[in-house]
Amino acid sequence: MRNSKYLIVGSSHAALEAAAAIRMQDPDGALAMVTRDTRLPYSPTILPYVVSGRSEPERILLRDEAWFADNAIGFVRGETLAAVDAAARTARFASGAEWRYEKLLLATGAAPAIPPVKGLAEVPFHVLRSMDDAVRLRDAIATARRAVVLGAGLIGMHAAENLAKAGAAVTVVEMQAQVLPGYFEPDAARMIERAFAAKGVTMEMGRTVTAAEPRGQGCAVILDDGRAIEADLLLVSTGVKPEMAYLAGGGVDTDRGILVDDRMRSSAPGIWAAGDVAQARGFYDGAKVVAGILPNAVEQGRIAGMDMAEDEGVKSFPGSVPLNTYTFFGQQAISVGLSAGGEGREVHETVGEGGKSYRRIVLEGDRLRGVSAINDFVDAGIMWQLVLRQVDLSAVKADFVARPLETGRMLMSRIWR
Amino acid sequence: MGKSFNTIQFHADRCDGCGDCMTACAQAKAGTDDLAQSRIRIVPAGGGVYELALCRQCGDPKCVMNCPSGALTKNAATGVIDWDWGKCVNCLLCTVGCAYAGIVFEAEVGHVTKCDTCDGDPACVKVCPHGALEYKTVAGIFNEYGDKEDLFAPGLSACQGCNSELLIRHTLRKVGPETVVAAPPGCIPGMGTVGYNGKTGCKVPIFHPLLTNTASMLAGLKKQYNRMGRDVTMLALAGDGGTADVGFQSLSGAAERNDQMLFVCVDNEGYMNTGMQASGATSFGSWTSTTPVGSAMKGKSTEAKNLPVVMMMHNCSYVATASTAFLEDYYAKLEKAIEASKHGMAYLHVYAPCPTGWRFSSAMTTQVCRMQVLSNFVTLWEFEPGRGLRFTHPVDRPRTIEEYLKLIGKYKHLEPEQVAHIRKSVHDKVAFLKRFAAADAAAAAG
Ligand SMILES: Cc1cc2nc3c(=O)[nH]c(=O)nc-3n(C[C@H](O)[C@H](O)[C@H](O)COP(=O)(O)OP(=O)(O)OC[C@H]3O[C@@H](n4cnc5c(N)ncnc54)[C@H](O)[C@@H]3O)c2cc1C
Repeated sequence: MRNSKYLIVGSSHAALEAAAAIRMQDPDGALAMVTRDTRLPYSPTILPYVVSGRSEPERILLRDEAWFADNAIGFVRGETLAAVDAAARTARFASGAEWRYEKLLLATGAAPAIPPVKGLAEVPFHVLRSMDDAVRLRDAIATARRAVVLGAGLIGMHAAENLAKAGAAVTVVEMQAQVLPGYFEPDAARMIERAFAAKGVTMEMGRTVTAAEPRGQGCAVILDDGRAIEADLLLVSTGVKPEMAYLAGGGVDTDRGILVDDRMRSSAPGIWAAGDVAQARGFYDGAKVVAGILPNAVEQGRIAGMDMAEDEGVKSFPGSVPLNTYTFFGQQAISVGLSAGGEGREVHETVGEGGKSYRRIVLEGDRLRGVSAINDFVDAGIMWQLVLRQVDLSAVKADFVARPLETGRMLMSRIWR
Repeated sequence: MGKSFNTIQFHADRCDGCGDCMTACAQAKAGTDDLAQSRIRIVPAGGGVYELALCRQCGDPKCVMNCPSGALTKNAATGVIDWDWGKCVNCLLCTVGCAYAGIVFEAEVGHVTKCDTCDGDPACVKVCPHGALEYKTVAGIFNEYGDKEDLFAPGLSACQGCNSELLIRHTLRKVGPETVVAAPPGCIPGMGTVGYNGKTGCKVPIFHPLLTNTASMLAGLKKQYNRMGRDVTMLALAGDGGTADVGFQSLSGAAERNDQMLFVCVDNEGYMNTGMQASGATSFGSWTSTTPVGSAMKGKSTEAKNLPVVMMMHNCSYVATASTAFLEDYYAKLEKAIEASKHGMAYLHVYAPCPTGWRFSSAMTTQVCRMQVLSNFVTLWEFEPGRGLRFTHPVDRPRTIEEYLKLIGKYKHLEPEQVAHIRKSVHDKVAFLKRFAAADAAAAAG
């Protein structure tokens, strides 16, 4: 049995920020980071760029060995958490290794969610969450001629672009009526879809896959209208689910993710959770959500670390705001906060000349609730702050609607001074 | 000891939106006048007011934390957030982290850009015609002296918010261990520097002369060390009473003889540790326990004597005024003073607003120090016999004297005529010094 005052499981964004926050407050307390991956820390978000060949797997590391040494953090790789005994404060790993902790952070992120499609288990398919997945997919893309991507979320859309650029005939199948649902309204989604269609990608929106069947080395997916699409490469990117099988033994409250309060504390004393594995307050209605985005993993990791180290400067989590920056075929899409209109909301939508750019601002009274834009840069960080702080825009509303970039910068600069 | 870094400071009150900084940046970074290439952005806020969007080179950089590719890193040596083009994938997640619009995307540029401070020589600062941008390098002091030994004991018991403790710790760090310190009665020995409970408060020899004989004792000690062939600095840390009033006779004598020493007067305008009695350095109108406010008296009815000017009229090797709100200025003067004290008398007059005796919040000391200078209530200058008088931090557009007075409780009762009197005497004092400076500058040029 090994001992550590702080035990962090996982080695990605949430885990790293927590470790840094702990070290700011407590330079000496024993701190171990134990992770399933066998590599130095990297971000799942970089994987599409590994797939495309833009990034080398060795050059995207977020920390090196020296960082762990300098911060007196014991870094243990290749260990998968199997069970947690919250009462005894022990964690057991698949290898049999056991750790006793005072404070445990679960930052194990999420894993691809595989939809219950008949026959899917019998055909070869790819997912994208780890470096090994990325390298496999990169190598497969080089020879793929016909590809099917299930799910038009961020992961699927990145992969579809990479496949198209590599010369494959690509079909994207999405159950919802549009790409990137939740981040962009139909008009904006249409712009993105058009860009893909223009590059020869077939966009099957509002379609479900009813079955998958083996075909030679590849497979065929059967759509709900009966058509069969053959593929030598199938990518399943229909969403993610928190990685928390190790809590099956009970003792920690879970729903879709690990339920946490505004300090990222779980229901069990001595256990925190942050990032893609955690289900925390949503900003708009307070209902707890699994956010699944990098900036939230960073925020939550920091809060968890500060709270674990009893840092008095810790501030409560203000709630998750949906955030998204997405680059496709050299174009930029940005989405912060709510994009849908509705009761009590005021929507200002602008489409640029020739339909090349798009901007949508959602206000409620004098408060900003969300901005989304394509090929029309706004500072997502500033917009995020304006939403979170519920900054009163009454004096500058017309300016803000006309020029959100400059007005946002002006407002933030003034607030900081 | 942690590291501190240089930074670009923006004075919004001086910016007129001319945009020269943006052009200079675009030129420096991309060799063009296209402002899309500028990494500094001045944004109009209406009514002739301008705001700024610029990378702050944060200590806890959210752009770095949000970067999935390792393209952004905080440079441990310079503090600048470095951006590596070779690693960046243009995902824009850094812009999600930044609440200052310090890292932004421009379609014309094709990737995110941010300020790199031009390797410590920012082009924007150099071209600003109004001093609205300033490159603050004071961090270097913290880095250089933070690692030197603090020669005062920990746990001195100065009042909360007192800048004298800050001052003496800085000073002795720089003067170094080959020093004998004299601390005549006043706040500095009162806070425990000369010892308490049979222990010393200082790691170099320190003694507690009478109020009257500080300078003459140091003069004698120096003679003895010289005779022994040892190069030891004689440092006086005296209050304004021990300098301007009771201690003046011996100080004047030592200055007349140009005795080798470094005499620091810490001026809090009175006898603050014995119950806030007025001294010769107490400013006009001040409430003190000996210049009360009542039906007849309205605080001190006479002007403070301008001691640094008096010292300038002696035969010193170096005379300067200083403020702890302008530490770089102080360090530069301290360096000259240490050098001068090897040959003769160096006199430093440092202003020390006193939260306890002057009645202001202990959190406000540095702000009060700064406002003293910005309102011209005190002026920062130095005098060297060969060169004459020179302002080291001229304030051409001073804040109103009311802005300074209203920060401080001891002026709360002031009648409009008293404020007018102070305004005039501040004006006269500055004009008087300016005549010296102008005459000395003319002499140097001629
Ligand atoms: C392809 C792709 C693209 C993405 N693009 C974006 C984007 O553009 N913008 C955005 O905001 N977000 C994006 N995301 C999501 C973003 O990467 C995540 O939100 C973020 O990585 C969450 O960080 P985390 O620390 O919570 O968990 P993760 O990054 O998932 O890390 C989990 C860590 O826990 C370890 N682990 C897991 N299970 C165990 C176990 N049982 N025992 C021990 N260790 C374990 C893993 O090895 C890993 O180190 C993308 C994700 C993917 C996969």
